[in-house]
Amino acid sequence: MVKQHSVYLDKDRCTGCTDCIKRCPTEAIRVRNKKAVIIDERCIDCGMCIKVCKNMAKKAKADDVSIINQYKVKIAIPAPSLYTQFKGIHNVNKILMALKDIGFDEVIEVAKGAELVTEKTKEYIKNNSRKQPIISSACPAVVKVVQSRFPTLIPNILPLLSPKEITGRMTRTHFLDKGYKDEDIGVFFISPCAAKITNSRYPTLIEKSEVDGVISIKDIYKSMVKAIKKNDHHYEHLRLSSNRGMFWAAPGGEVSASKTINYVAVDGIENVIRILEMIEDNELNNVEYVECLACTGGCLGGPLTVENPFVSRCRMDKLSRYHKNHPETRDIHFVLESLDYAWEKPLKPKEVLRLDEDISEAIKKMEELERIYQELPKINCGSCGSPTCKALAEDIVLKNANIEDCIFMLRKEVGQLAERMVELAEKLPRSIKE
Amino acid sequence: MTFHYDVLGDEFTHAGVASSKVKKILKQLGVPAEIVRKVAIAMYEAEINMVIHANGGVIDGDINEDRIYIVLKDEGPGIEDIKLAMKAGYSTATARAREMGFGAGMGLPNMKRHSDDLKITSEVGKGTVVEIIVFLS
Repeated sequence: MVKQHSVYLDKDRCTGCTDCIKRCPTEAIRVRNKKAVIIDERCIDCGMCIKVCKNMAKKAKADDVSIINQYKVKIAIPAPSLYTQFKGIHNVNKILMALKDIGFDEVIEVAKGAELVTEKTKEYIKNNSRKQPIISSACPAVVKVVQSRFPTLIPNILPLLSPKEITGRMTRTHFLDKGYKDEDIGVFFISPCAAKITNSRYPTLIEKSEVDGVISIKDIYKSMVKAIKKNDHHYEHLRLSSNRGMFWAAPGGEVSASKTINYVAVDGIENVIRILEMIEDNELNNVEYVECLACTGGCLGGPLTVENPFVSRCRMDKLSRYHKNHPETRDIHFVLESLDYAWEKPLKPKEVLRLDEDISEAIKKMEELERIYQELPKINCGSCGSPTCKALAEDIVLKNANIEDCIFMLRKEVGQLAERMVELAEKLPRSIKE
Repeated sequence: MTFHYDVLGDEFTHAGVASSKVKKILKQLGVPAEIVRKVAIAMYEAEINMVIHANGGVIDGDINEDRIYIVLKDEGPGIEDIKLAMKAGYSTATARAREMGFGAGMGLPNMKRHSDDLKITSEVGKGTVVEIIVFLS
């Protein structure tokens, strides 16, 4: 199977410390031979490891900006989290203009797509006869964690495409309508997040993404800052969306846009997992909608952003105030009637936790796992390369580690060996024994 | 395989820890997701009841290829009328528990609905034993 991930390790920078293995929410990383190793099928591309790595060894494989030159019409579709990255800029148009200055021919905000998805979500909530609560499908890392750890909640997920994908579709249709050839149109998502890179390259719910490339916010940050400085007073009115769409980047933004009343909005992957546990236990039946964002601070806290998420949040409020007083937006007539929001393929469960295909074998392995775990020191130090003692026991059972990988077990065994050696040394052959 | 957990009374912040662990075990065993969810709900309700009403207790379980069997034992006040307690909406939860959103009287009916076999034995002043069986195939 091809590695369907965008998070990867820069081996030269990795010192084999245990920061990432201990913070990975799905226990998808081990340290082996002094380097971190990602277990691909467990990784949900949340980017937590990118955030916690002090050596900057964890990265996301985004596309280089030069990719846009392969297309005749270069269109940027920026995530609204881009707007909060620049100090002292409260006019979104200046930021969108900077994208044009660095080489894009057109800029269509994902915030606009978010507004369209909001309308569809409202309709869905109104007509929903399925399981409650409905779980937002906007964050691809959340969708992945549901697939692998909470498969019974798959029917709860809102079966609509994300704002990014809808914006991509809307943009492409618009340019096809204008007479451009499909292969000449290049649509590029400006992303705060690794999961959305993966999700554009290897879509699971549609045949092919309309996004031709994904450029990370931090990769184009520098050239944008330059462009904004240079062009401070010359800009076009490029804004299409209202504040509503923009706020999708922050926690609670999606539910406030759709004016959902009975909702829970969660950010931070550990919190998301806790809420999903509650839904699985039937504890949130009275709630209509659950907005889940893997990053603390929502997309504003994305691993590929530059600014601190809390500072970003403050800036978003400033941006919103500015645009309340300057509400003029551009009017592009998009063809929206034929725009399809539905998934083309069903969301399938991914069984990544399973110990064995055969249940009786799995039970045997689980018993073995428990026995090994009881022997281990249970201090979760991580020096064996597994995140916890439990995870080490699991790795041993699955033959991916040895009990001697535990430094305490090794020491114990060496001690016993030494004792035995002393014992042997004291034993002399009868022939020379006095 | 067997498992054992101690549940502390009035520890609302930790209520549900045991059922969450069992849930993880069942997922690792490859038990079908819908069955895992049944066990999770039935056991969670029983565990919560133990915290709210009975000042904690012990949970023992046994899993084989055919079924999961869970026994939850407490030395709480006991249930006077099990039949009445099984009725939806009936509750004896304290004001404090209700304030926290527990005690809607849905625990036992929910447990019943999500287990294949549910047995409750109780003696007033002595305690309650809840036995849950869910078949795995």
